[in-house]
Amino acid sequence: MSPFPPPMFPPARIRNFCIIAHIDHGKSTLADRLLERTGAISERDMREQVLDTMDLERERGITIKAQAVRLNYRAQDGVDYLLNLIDTPGHVDFSYEVSRSLAACEGALLLADAAQGVQAQTLANAHLAINAGLEIIPAVNKIDLPAADPERVIAEMIGVLGGRPEDVLRLSAKSGEGVDHLLDEIVRLVPPPAGDPDSALRALVFDSYYDAYRGVVCYVRIVDGSLSLGDPIRFMATGEIQSVDEVGVLTPKALEVGGLGPGEVGYLITGVKEIGRVKVGDTITNALRGAQTPLPGYDEPKPMVFAGLFPTEGDDFERLREALEKLTLNDASLKYEPESSRALGFGFRLGFLGLLHMEIVRERLEREYGLDLVATAPSVAFRVRLPNGDLLEVQSPQDVPDPDNRLGIEEPYVTAMIIAPAEHIGSIMELVQRRRGEAGSMHYLSPERVELTYRLPLSEVVFDFFDQLKSRTKGYASLDYEPAGYQVSDLVKVDILLNGVPVDAFSAIVHREKAATYGKLMTERLKELIPRQLFDIPIQAAIGGRFIARETVKARRKDVLAKCYGGDITRKRKLLERQKEGKKRMKLVGSVEVPQEAFVAALRVDTD
Amino acid sequence: MELADRAATIRAAYVHIPFCARLCPYCDFAVVTDRDDQTARYCKALTLEIEREKEWAPLDSIYVGGGTPSRVDPQQLGLVLDALAAQHGFSEEPEVSIEANPEDWSLDRALALRQAGFNRVSFGAQSFNSSTLLRLGRRHQPDQIAVAVFAAREAGFSSINLDVIFGTPGDGSWGETLVAALSLRPDHLSCYALTVEPGTELFRQVAAGSRGPDPDQQADAWETAAAAAESAGLVRYEVSNWARPGHAVNYNLAVWAQAEYLAFGLGAHRFRSKVRSHNYRHLDTYLAAAEKGASTWAGEEPIEGWTSEVERVFLGIRRVAGVRAGPAGEALWHSDEGQTLAKHGVIELDGGRLVVRRTLLTDAVARALLALPPPPIQN
Repeated sequence: MSPFPPPMFPPARIRNFCIIAHIDHGKSTLADRLLERTGAISERDMREQVLDTMDLERERGITIKAQAVRLNYRAQDGVDYLLNLIDTPGHVDFSYEVSRSLAACEGALLLADAAQGVQAQTLANAHLAINAGLEIIPAVNKIDLPAADPERVIAEMIGVLGGRPEDVLRLSAKSGEGVDHLLDEIVRLVPPPAGDPDSALRALVFDSYYDAYRGVVCYVRIVDGSLSLGDPIRFMATGEIQSVDEVGVLTPKALEVGGLGPGEVGYLITGVKEIGRVKVGDTITNALRGAQTPLPGYDEPKPMVFAGLFPTEGDDFERLREALEKLTLNDASLKYEPESSRALGFGFRLGFLGLLHMEIVRERLEREYGLDLVATAPSVAFRVRLPNGDLLEVQSPQDVPDPDNRLGIEEPYVTAMIIAPAEHIGSIMELVQRRRGEAGSMHYLSPERVELTYRLPLSEVVFDFFDQLKSRTKGYASLDYEPAGYQVSDLVKVDILLNGVPVDAFSAIVHREKAATYGKLMTERLKELIPRQLFDIPIQAAIGGRFIARETVKARRKDVLAKCYGGDITRKRKLLERQKEGKKRMKLVGSVEVPQEAFVAALRVDTD
Repeated sequence: MELADRAATIRAAYVHIPFCARLCPYCDFAVVTDRDDQTARYCKALTLEIEREKEWAPLDSIYVGGGTPSRVDPQQLGLVLDALAAQHGFSEEPEVSIEANPEDWSLDRALALRQAGFNRVSFGAQSFNSSTLLRLGRRHQPDQIAVAVFAAREAGFSSINLDVIFGTPGDGSWGETLVAALSLRPDHLSCYALTVEPGTELFRQVAAGSRGPDPDQQADAWETAAAAAESAGLVRYEVSNWARPGHAVNYNLAVWAQAEYLAFGLGAHRFRSKVRSHNYRHLDTYLAAAEKGASTWAGEEPIEGWTSEVERVFLGIRRVAGVRAGPAGEALWHSDEGQTLAKHGVIELDGGRLVVRRTLLTDAVARALLALPPPPIQN
């Protein structure tokens, strides 16, 4: 028997909230503790960090997918409340998914590590939550750590958010200290949902995933009206009409219920089996008594980084397409379209939220779908001003017109926020300058910690900037950034030629001042990566027709076992067969054999 | 028919003698040190293994290799040869080779080995430079090589080979070694590239950061050797082997012609009845099996169909004479990769024979052969 049978739970006793925290500031541990305290999961069944379901999340300690868990809580006033915890991702690449989660909540718990203090993403996400009209409950976590300095962190928090020190909760998610009080504060502070139970159904699809057996599963937040099993529903943006085949909540195990009322959060299964038919951010309404206007939803996620992905085996193109179709259902921010490369054959151009997102997608494709992939150099989207005045957006260096057929190239800029110990300001400024950053502002959170804001080209930030930043600040800096428009830059296209043939996968759009460095780096790397072959292979870097760097892979001279091997022919054959297997992992580019690894290794980004 | 192909009818037998005074850092053969007390027992075990083999036909070539056969009493080796003769018979003028280390050699030993039936000797000279010899873990001095060669000639050995190693990292003495080796007028010269084999001391050193052999330097060394040997009247017949006319080793020729051959002793590899097999590599295991009259085989692999055809060609292309192209050679020639190899002058198809012209790229050709898809099965 369902603990939450229809009729619906009174909205006045529902609290929808999420947790905003920097990576490793204890969000997942706190979520686990909340599940445990509310009896959603017994201590015995407790598997650490229940909400992070994907292997990758566990390995990397990053929450990728938003999820929603329903908690049943009897507050100190003796009243039963229903708390919906909506999970949010903690990496800058996924701030788009944060806004999705925020749209389903009325409150946000802002968590900061009592030793590390406020970080850039905490701050950026807090601003998102404030702008979304959410009630913010600030808290310091890990107060049990020996290095904890809650007073300093509380001072930082009220410095950026306002409020009084006594409003900031003190927690140890690990020991459970302060967790009961937190639950009561959530009940007290987070406003109940304001939806109208009697008006037409409006439910926000804030996430979805594809289940191989059940088809598309949508996570929804009911805003107005209600939804019951068997109801005919319409997805307002796509026009898709379906009936509700199953409706349920996550406790965190999936539990079927008869329906959901205003303010409730749960999952839906409809007749939609084909992936790609459900749009996250869409509004669901009743197909017969529909609402007139959809919910605001949110903007389409905007990819920041683009790269080509090509199957090692040409035959795998269709499998790659199917895998991408499935992935995009779970990951609305992933965009792709077919692309063909002279060097790599048929594949797809993918748009990612950032480099981590790209790595995760690639790893999932390889791990979950058993594909062997080659990725091209990641690039940002440029805008090319054409002679007729039009602006052409290009996501791949090979699509950039020749210098004669363009007036200029614009590149995307971002506003980057860096929070770091004050002692590293000099080193950070030097890095920013090297990355073509423009002087920004500085704001002291405390005498020791400073918030720096700069305007930088996205291409300079998105690849290894964060790694560089961390290495210059002993790991203490945090970074967040948001798009800040396009700007004309002195950009050139550098081509890399193997044996006189340009290899599209290695072309890059770079600033003129960095072209020679890029050319030299790539030719030198490729010289090390390309095995010697039957003939000399020149490796050149060129801007237009002008060569800016050159290396040569000398022809292979000795490739024979010149020793006495005592009649052991089998071993000799096996050795050759093993070597032959290595050869299979080569892509033939023109007449040059290039190992798969070369594409990956040559395009490794560590330019400083 | 090419001489090289006629070698397919040679009946050869290999006998392995694993005993060594110490392990050379590059060696990955089946060898043992500090077990010289077992030599007589081992030779007895060899005769038992030989007697177990069913009768074949008179042998044209017997090759006793190692290890260091010259450490074993010539009389014991004589008994092993006798056992082979008793089981299969010898042809009219059999080639009976022994491998020897210069430091073991003396006129008395040479005479005793002649008496036992050997008529060809292969010396592990390796280098004529003392410091290179030291680095290769060899125990002899350069002048001992010359003494050994003279003694062998005096004792009536009709064919003398010198093994030399090139491409030792940091070795500047290769020219010196070639001049010294050729001045001894050997009938046969084997020039082997120092090769880093897994499991060897050299492998461990290189893995730990020591300089390994450089392929370009080895290519230079090989080209120097080729020029020097030719001018001394030696003719190359395989990647690493040069001989005066009539002195090519039948045992080697048989292997490259994919002939079947017998083999006895520790870790020895044979090819009989379309099966390649090899013996135990652990001395006590081998001895116990042989003494019980049990099989000494540690593994086997049948060589049939397309595998056999590909193997025929990849063995044959090691020879200067090349190999009858046949189905695998033809398939290679007509493949994209074959055409690339041809375009760059690596292979030629000459009167139905596949010949590798750029000898040092032979393995590139072999890999291309192994990559060919087997033809559809025909009934």
